[in-house]
Amino acid sequence: MITFENVTKTYPGDDLPALEDITVHIEAGEFVFLVGASGSGKSTFLHLMIREVRPTVGRVIIGSADVGRLRTYQVPRLRRRIGIVFQDVRLLPNKTVAQNVAFAMQVVGQRSRDIRTRVPALIERVGLAGLGRRLPHQLSGGEQQRVAIARALANAPALLIADEPTGNLDPDTTVGIMRLLEQIHADGTTVLMATHDAGIVDRMRKRVVELDGGRLVRDQARGVYGYA
Amino acid sequence: MFSQLIFVSGEVWTGIRRSLTMTVAVTVTFAVSLSLLGVGVLVGAQVNEMKDFWYDKVEVSVFLCTEGSTAPTCDGETPEPERQQIEGEIRAIGVVASTTFETQQQAYARFIEQFAGSPIAENVTPEQLPASFRITLTDPQRFLDVSEALTGRAGVEAVRDQRSTFNRLFDLLNGLRLISFTFAGAMLVVTVLLVANTMRVAAFARRREVSIMRMVGASRTAIQLPFVLEAVVAAVIGSALAGIVLASIKRWVIDGVLAPSLTFTTFIGWQEVAWAAGGVAAIGLMLAIVTSLIALARYSRA
Repeated sequence: MITFENVTKTYPGDDLPALEDITVHIEAGEFVFLVGASGSGKSTFLHLMIREVRPTVGRVIIGSADVGRLRTYQVPRLRRRIGIVFQDVRLLPNKTVAQNVAFAMQVVGQRSRDIRTRVPALIERVGLAGLGRRLPHQLSGGEQQRVAIARALANAPALLIADEPTGNLDPDTTVGIMRLLEQIHADGTTVLMATHDAGIVDRMRKRVVELDGGRLVRDQARGVYGYA
Repeated sequence: MFSQLIFVSGEVWTGIRRSLTMTVAVTVTFAVSLSLLGVGVLVGAQVNEMKDFWYDKVEVSVFLCTEGSTAPTCDGETPEPERQQIEGEIRAIGVVASTTFETQQQAYARFIEQFAGSPIAENVTPEQLPASFRITLTDPQRFLDVSEALTGRAGVEAVRDQRSTFNRLFDLLNGLRLISFTFAGAMLVVTVLLVANTMRVAAFARRREVSIMRMVGASRTAIQLPFVLEAVVAAVIGSALAGIVLASIKRWVIDGVLAPSLTFTTFIGWQEVAWAAGGVAAIGLMLAIVTSLIALARYSRA
């Protein structure tokens, strides 16, 4: 599903690489935590996967695509296979919940018939049945993040990337979001989640990939946040 | 496809509404700059029209002497044998296509007709007006061939290229055309800058949408289309307004004022107006598309 082969990324003007010689493989259907302090290279790791940036050295392979070598016009197709959720949610404030989810389908040219049937199903799946007509500011932080997850799933991606999705949420709400991500994983979607939250990682006992100063320092099958 | 169309037009409408004053400004600059450009094109077309009209007609006049001629080549009215000799010499010149002779009586009749109602006409007699050969040339540029052959010949008072009279008019019209092209050029620069700036503002206002579109894998076309269409809508409305301006000029200025008072020439028809309007519309459309694409590439990295 995801393969990093000796990937190094140095940003123009920087002396030290943001990521250095990373080799890691994630199978389809896995649930993986990507952990590490701020500046450890987590964001660069995620950006390499969606081709926001290209590796300086090495290859990033998603499915059968060598992401760094894709032509510009091929990048949208890659991104349609990856759902992305951010810490800061990024909903459109003047569109309703349903419109926010539908937007992701409209802009990639899905048929309106499909959109009409799929959007309510997605809203229900993330536990927001009946809230489709609300505007984002009428929702709690956890509910907003659920909308963002529904949107990320709109085009049925094989891989869901979540970048600190619980970073702004209180512990109870966090549990709810994690249950949702587990369900999505159980339904067959590969999930890669970057997080600071030691509690979650320790509780879930999933695979943990840890970065420190741009290097891969740990890849543990049923890991906890810090060294046990 | 159809639902996509509805979605995109919805986005365009939202964009236009969000920045209505900006859209109006872009539309108006398009209208003004394209009108000026169109006027320049029309003046050019009019010059060509007049050239076609006049260069085909009388080109060179060879005036013969009259009773009162004071030119050194004249000694009273040119006698008939002399006239025939001159005609023979004219026909022998290579570039002469045809020649007709206008007698003093004919010149008088034409003069009376031209100045009908004017006091000048009442004081003129046929004897005062010169008889002349009216010569058309196979190549209108080679007036000198005729002039050199006949200027200074006995019995010929003067050789005149009537084109020179019109050339002064054409110079005037060409100057007019240059002025309107210059203003049109300046206005088009303003238009381009305004479109680019509008795109920048629009891309900023919609940066959330754009970032989400990029994230979920919308194609570059899908991302840029609403922006480009916004500029295209402004260009189309501006072009339509420019078309109305040009049609009004044809209807009220040319047909309404110029044609009735200036009967010595023909004027451009509706076909030329249609071509000019279509041409400037095409230019406006292209400017809108190219400018917005360049601006978007720069400001939204979409």
